[in-house]
Amino acid sequence: MSLPTILTGGLDRESSWRLADYERRGGYQALRAIFSRPLSPDDVIAEVKKSSLRGRGGAGFPTGLKWSFMPRNLPGEKYLICNSDEGEPGTFKDRDILRWNPHAVIEGMIIGGYATGATRGYNYIHGEIFEVYERFEQALEEARVAGYLGKNILGSEFSFELFAHHGYGAYICGEETALLESIEGKKGQPRYKPPFPASFGLYGRPTTINNTETFANIPWIIGNGGDRFLEMGKANNGGTKIFSVSGHVNRPGNYEIPLGTPFVKLLEMAGGMRAGRKLKACIPGGSSMPVLPGDVMMNCDMDYDSIAKAGSALGSGAVIIMDETTCMVRALERLSYFYFEESCGQCTPCREGTGWLYRVVHRIEHGQGRQSDLDLLTSVADNIAGRTICALGDAAALPVKSFIQHFRDEFAYHIDNRRCLVPVEMQREGSRIYVGEPW
Amino acid sequence: MVEVEIDGKKVEVAEGSTVLKAAQELGIFVPHFCYHKKLSIAANCRMCLVQVEKAPKPAPACATPVAPGMKVWTHSEQAVRAQKGVMEFLLINHPLDCPICDQGGECQLQDLAVGYGNSASRYQEEKRVVLNKNLGPLISTDMTRCIHCTRCVRFGQEIAGIMELGVAGRGEHSEILTFMGRAVSSELSGNVIDLCPVGALTSKPFRFAARTWELARRRTVSPHDSLGATLIAQVKGDEVVRVLPLENEEVNECWIADRDRFSYEALRQPHRLNAPMLKQNGAWTEVDWQTALEYVAHAFRDIAAEHGKDALGFVASPHSTLEELYLMQRLARGLGSENIDFRLRQSDFSLDGVRSGVPWLGMNIAEISRLDGALVIGSFLRKDHPLLCQRLRQIAKRGARITAVHAAQDDWLLPVETFMKVAPSAFPVALLEILKAVCSTTGASPDTQFAAYLESLPVSDEARRIAESLCSARNGALLLGNFAQHHPDAGLLHSLALEIARCAGQLRVGILGEAANSVGGYVAGACPSPGSGGRNARMLWEDPCRAYLLLNAEPRFDCADPAQALSALSNAEHVVVLTPFVGEHGDYADCLLPIAPFTETSGSFVNTEGRVQSFRPVAQALAQSRPGWKVLRVLGNLLSLPEFEFESSEQIRDSLVAGRDVTAQLSNDMGRVDWTMPSAPPGLERVSDIPIYRTDAVVRRASALQACRDGTDPVLRIHPATASEVGLSNKGRARVKQGGAATELSVQLDEGVARGCVRIAAACEASSSLGPMFGPVTVEAC
Amino acid sequence: MLSPEALRRIDTEIAKYPADQKQSAVMAALAIAQQEKGWLAEDTMAFVADYLGMPQVAVLEVATFYNMYDLSPVGKSKLTICTGLPCALSGADEAADHLREKLGVGFSEVTADGSFMLKEGECMGACGDAPVLLVNNRRMCVRMNKERIDALLDELNS
Ligand SMILES: Cc1cc2nc3c(=O)[nH]c(=O)nc-3n(C[C@H](O)[C@H](O)[C@H](O)COP(=O)(O)O)c2cc1C
Ligand code: SF4
Ligand code: FES
Repeated sequence: MSLPTILTGGLDRESSWRLADYERRGGYQALRAIFSRPLSPDDVIAEVKKSSLRGRGGAGFPTGLKWSFMPRNLPGEKYLICNSDEGEPGTFKDRDILRWNPHAVIEGMIIGGYATGATRGYNYIHGEIFEVYERFEQALEEARVAGYLGKNILGSEFSFELFAHHGYGAYICGEETALLESIEGKKGQPRYKPPFPASFGLYGRPTTINNTETFANIPWIIGNGGDRFLEMGKANNGGTKIFSVSGHVNRPGNYEIPLGTPFVKLLEMAGGMRAGRKLKACIPGGSSMPVLPGDVMMNCDMDYDSIAKAGSALGSGAVIIMDETTCMVRALERLSYFYFEESCGQCTPCREGTGWLYRVVHRIEHGQGRQSDLDLLTSVADNIAGRTICALGDAAALPVKSFIQHFRDEFAYHIDNRRCLVPVEMQREGSRIYVGEPW
Repeated sequence: MVEVEIDGKKVEVAEGSTVLKAAQELGIFVPHFCYHKKLSIAANCRMCLVQVEKAPKPAPACATPVAPGMKVWTHSEQAVRAQKGVMEFLLINHPLDCPICDQGGECQLQDLAVGYGNSASRYQEEKRVVLNKNLGPLISTDMTRCIHCTRCVRFGQEIAGIMELGVAGRGEHSEILTFMGRAVSSELSGNVIDLCPVGALTSKPFRFAARTWELARRRTVSPHDSLGATLIAQVKGDEVVRVLPLENEEVNECWIADRDRFSYEALRQPHRLNAPMLKQNGAWTEVDWQTALEYVAHAFRDIAAEHGKDALGFVASPHSTLEELYLMQRLARGLGSENIDFRLRQSDFSLDGVRSGVPWLGMNIAEISRLDGALVIGSFLRKDHPLLCQRLRQIAKRGARITAVHAAQDDWLLPVETFMKVAPSAFPVALLEILKAVCSTTGASPDTQFAAYLESLPVSDEARRIAESLCSARNGALLLGNFAQHHPDAGLLHSLALEIARCAGQLRVGILGEAANSVGGYVAGACPSPGSGGRNARMLWEDPCRAYLLLNAEPRFDCADPAQALSALSNAEHVVVLTPFVGEHGDYADCLLPIAPFTETSGSFVNTEGRVQSFRPVAQALAQSRPGWKVLRVLGNLLSLPEFEFESSEQIRDSLVAGRDVTAQLSNDMGRVDWTMPSAPPGLERVSDIPIYRTDAVVRRASALQACRDGTDPVLRIHPATASEVGLSNKGRARVKQGGAATELSVQLDEGVARGCVRIAAACEASSSLGPMFGPVTVEAC
Repeated sequence: MLSPEALRRIDTEIAKYPADQKQSAVMAALAIAQQEKGWLAEDTMAFVADYLGMPQVAVLEVATFYNMYDLSPVGKSKLTICTGLPCALSGADEAADHLREKLGVGFSEVTADGSFMLKEGECMGACGDAPVLLVNNRRMCVRMNKERIDALLDELNS
C-alpha cells in the first residue's frame, strides 16, 4: 500500500522544479483561487487554522494562529520569512523540497504574504546548499516573469516581492530571530523575546517566519481545504510530514507519511536496518531532541503527540537511526561538539556550558572519564537548559541528559574500562555505506 | 502604572518597565553584568535571572517587562540556583587572578562571586586564554578576563556613535577586538573602562599605579570644556593617579570625555614649576615667595607711576577658577587698570556694552536632551563639546532634526540633516538666507536693518531646508559654537541667530561656552567695564601694554592671534606669569609664580548653564606652588589695595555669588546694534579649529592624550577643488603665510573644508608662529 | 579592489533589500569577494565595509561569525567534510581518515603545494546523502566513500 503524499508525490526530480511542470501538476491554482473565489486574508487564515497545520521547523506551533498575530492593517512594510536554514543534524527535507518542488514554497509564501499583509518576503537558504540556492533564484525569476510575484499579482490589488538570502554557515541562523539579524547584515545572534517578530521583526517591522515545509503545504491546504489536510493525519496533527531518515538504515532519505504512521512503517520505507542489525537508539526529531531507546521507538507512532508521550519530540522530523554498532559516548561527543561549535556565544550558560559539556564527554570518550562526570554532565546541562535567550541552550542540554539517562551503563563501562563497549572496528563496519549512488 | 510584587513587596512602576527597574525601585538588588541603564538591553550575561510566578523557567530581570499582578522572587531557591549556575559558568574560564588585576577591589565579578560563587571549581578542563589587544595609549586590555557582556561594544555603537570595538568569532571563541588591531579613536573611549565590569579593559596610564584600597576618592570638577563634568580624583599620597566620572545626571550623566579622564598626567613632574623664578640679566634664578611678590608689586607700581595705569595689562585663561579671575580683576582695577580679559580667542567684541547679560547656553544642559531640533552654527561640535555632542546624538536618534552651518564638515557621528558648508566670511550671508527662508515660512517680518539685505538675496536650497527644520521644531534651538564666538563677526552672528529665533517662533538661542569658566569670567567681571575704555583681549595685544600679568594663559596657544600676542609680550618691560607649568614663558617673562592647578587648590567653575560648581583641593600643592587666589591676594595686600582680606576661596566666591542668583545674570539678549555686512576678503581664508587635546595648558601636557590620534600634529586641510586651483596636492608640503608670519605644513585634501578655505588648527606647535585664526592666508606648494 | 563583474553582482544583492538597508547585502558581498579573491584579507573586508557604508569592525564580526568565510588563504580547493553525527554513522570518519592520508594534512591545514585545504564541517543539511563533502563552498559531493574521494581528488588535480 502506498501512502498519500502532498509534497513529494509525482515529482520526477528532473523537471519538477520548473514552473511549467509545477503548473501542470496544478501549481498556482490555489493562488488563482484566492483571487477568483475570492478569499479574504481572514478566510485564508481560517482555512489554515482548520487544517491544524503545525510549523515544520521544530517547535510545532500552529501556523494559522501564528499568522493571525500579524498586525495586517498596520501601514508600512511587513515581512514574511521562509526559514530554509536547515542545519540541525539529521534534517535535510527542506533541501529536497527546494530542489524538486520550489514553486510550492513560492506559492505558499505568496499566499502567506496575502494572509499576513506582508509586502516583502525573503527565503533564507542554508549556506552549504549553494546549488539549491541558485535553483531557487531561477524559480523566483520564473515566477516573476509569469506575474506570480511583483506588483498587482495576477491583476489583483495584491503586490508581493520575494527574494532569496543565502546563509554562510551558522546553524544558529535557523533560530528565527538570529535569522532576522542575519538578514539585517549582522552576526546571527538571537534576540530576546518579547518583543516577538510579529510586532518587531525584520528591520523592526512586523514579521512572520515559517519553515520551508510549512509554506510548501499551504497551496495544497487552500486548494483542497483544511479539512482534507487534517483528515490525512490525525487530530491536532494535520497532514503529512516529511521525515528525514539518516544513520544506520539501508536507504537513508526523505519519506513523506501521514502524521500518526507507525515508526516501523517508516523504518521499512527506509529499507530497514543495515545488515539486519538491531535498532539500539533513535533520535526522532533532530539532534536537539532527546534520544529514545530502540524498543521504545519501535512502539511509537510518528506524530507530535505520540513522540512527546514517549519522552522526546517530533521536532523537525529528522530521524537518526543508530544500531548496535553505535558507541553512545562517541555519538554524544559528536553532538556535544556540534552545539559547542555552533553556540552563538552571547549567553553565558551556552557559551561556557557547551564547551564544558563537550570537553567532559570528549574526556570520557578518550578514556579520561571519572564516575562523577556523569552527574556533573547532568548538572551542567541543567544549568544551561531554560536559562538562555534561545533554545540552543536546551538543544545542547537535552541530548546530554537523555543519553546519560538511557545509556548510563554504557557511559559507566566506558569510564571504568577506558574504552568503548562497542569495539572501534565494529563501529567502523556499522557505518560503512553500501550504496555509492544516490537514489 | 502597573503594580507588581517583588519578594513580597508591592510596587507601582510605569508600563513597559522591566522587572529589574521595579526591583531597584524597591531597593532590591538583582545581580547583573550586561545591563546598564544607559545602554540597550542585551540580556546576555543571564546573571539577573529571577523567578516569575507561573513561568516555567527563570527570567532575566533586565529584559522582562512587568505585567499587572506579576509576582517575582529574586532570592527564591529557583532564582538563586539559576544565578549561582551562571556565576559558575562565568568563572570557569576566568583566570581568577584578582591579586594581580587592576580591577581588584572594584570588580563586579569579584564582588558577586563572593555571594554567588562556589569555593571549589567543578571545572577541571583547561582554561581559555585570549590574546590581549592593543587599543592605543589609553586603554589596557586583559582579554582573558572578559565576560562578553558587550557593554563596551554597545557603548561605541550607542553612546560614542562609532563602532570601533566588536565581538569577533562565535561561541566560546568570541573576542572583543578592533578592526585590524587598530587603536580606538573616540574622544569618549575611556568610558568603556568604567563600563567593563571586570578587569578586561583598564586604564593604561593608571596601570599598576595603585590598588584601589590605597586610594582616596575626592570629588572635583573638570577644568576643560564648559560642561563642567563632575569628577572623582583618586589620589595616592599626594598624586592624582586616576580620574573617574562622578555621576551627575544633569551635567555629564555617567560619562566623561577622555580629556577629563586622562589630563591629570600633566599635573606631575617634569611639567611643574616648582618655585618662584626671576629673570635677572637674562638668567633665571629661583627665589622665595616674598622676594618674588615684592618684585612684582614694585614692578607694577613703578610702571603705573611712570607710564600711567593704562600701561598694565591683565590676561587670564578662561580655565582659571572663578576666584582667581575675580581677584585678578580686583587687582587690576585696584591698580587703576581696566585692561583685563579672559576671552582670549575672541576677536570681535562689538557686543560689549550691548549684551543684556552673561552669554550662556540659554537652557539647562539637561534640556538639550529634550530638544527636537537644533541648528549648530560654527562649531567643531564633536571635539569642542564631546558630551554635549553626545546629548545631541541621543536626541537625533529619537528623531530630533539637527542641522549645521560651518566652514568645515567633520563627522559628528550623528545624522546632520542639512550641513551648510560656507567660508567664514560667508557666515552672515548664510544666516541671512536662513532668516529670509524662515520669514517666508512664518510670515514674520525681519528687523528693518536686515530687511534691506534680504530683498535681493538668493536663498540656497540648504538654507531653505534648515529654515524648514527650524520652523517645524516645537522645542528647537540655535546653538553658537566656539568657532562662531571666535569669528571676526561674532556679534553679528549672534544678532542674526536671535533674529532667526524670533522670526521662527519658539526657538531658543544658546552659546556653547568654550572653556570651564567662559561664563565664570563674566560673572567675575574679568573683562573691561563698558565705557571704561579698557582694552579687551584683542586690544591688549594690538595696543601693547608696558607690563602684563598672565594668569594660566599661554598666549602662543591660547590667543586669537599668537604672532601679535608674542610680539606685544616680547616688547613689554615686565611680564609676570602665574602658572603651574614650566616650559612656555621663558622668552618674554621676567617673573614666574608657581600656582596650584585645579587639583591642588579650591575654587569654582561656572559652567555653560550657569551652575556654580566649587571644589576643594584633592591633593597637596606640589613643591612651592600656592593657590592662585592666595598669590593674588598677597599681591593685593603688598600693593595696599582696599578690601583684599580674603581668608578662603569660599569667602571670595560668596562675596561674588552668594545670595545672588547667577542665573539671573545670564542672558543672550542684546540691545540694538546697527550692523553693516562684512565683505569677503580676497584670496583664501583661514579656518582654525582648536584640536581637542590642545585646548588648555593642562591637556597640552597630558602625555597619553598627546599620543592619541587626536594629539598628532596638524596638517593643512583643503578642499580638492581649491587645492588644484592653488597648486597643492595631497600629502605634499605647503608654505603658509599670514601677514609677516609663515610656516610649512603638509597638505591633506579634505572635501569637508569649505571651498576657498584652508583649515589649519590653532593652538599647536606647528601653527603657533602664524597669525590670526581667521582671515586671509596665502599658500604655495613647496 | 574587486572586478566590475563582482561589483555588479554585489549591486544585484543590494537591490534585494530596502534602500536604507544596504548592510543586509554584507554576507553576499563577502561571499562574492571571497570567491574572487580566494579568501578575505583585511583590505578586502575594509573595501566591503566602505562599499556598504558599514563600520569595518561590523564586517569583521560577520566574516568571523559564519563558518564559510576564510580569513586566511585556503589553497586552490577547500574541501569541507561534514563530521556530524548522521554523517559519522554513514562513514564520515573513514572518509576523513582517507582524505587526511591522501592529502597528508590535518584539518584546517593546506597541502604543501597549496592545492588543497581540508576542513572539518558541521551539518550541511544533506545527511541523507552522507558522508557529504563540499568543494569551495559551492559544489556538494555526496556519499563520499573512498572510491568517490579518489575520483574527486583526481578530477580536481587534473
Ligand atoms: C537553535 C535553533 C535552530 C533552529 N533551526 C531551524 C531551522 O533550521 N529551520 C527551521 O525552520 N526552524 C528552525 N528553528 C525554529 C525556528 O526558530 C522557528 O521556530 C521556525 O522557523 C518557525 O517555523 P514554523 O512555525 O513553520 O515551524 C530553530 C530553532 C532553534 C532554537
Ligand atoms: S542560547 Fe546560545 S546560541 Fe542561543 S542566543 Fe544564547 S548563546 Fe546564542
Ligand atoms: S543583566 Fe540581565 S542578562 Fe545580563
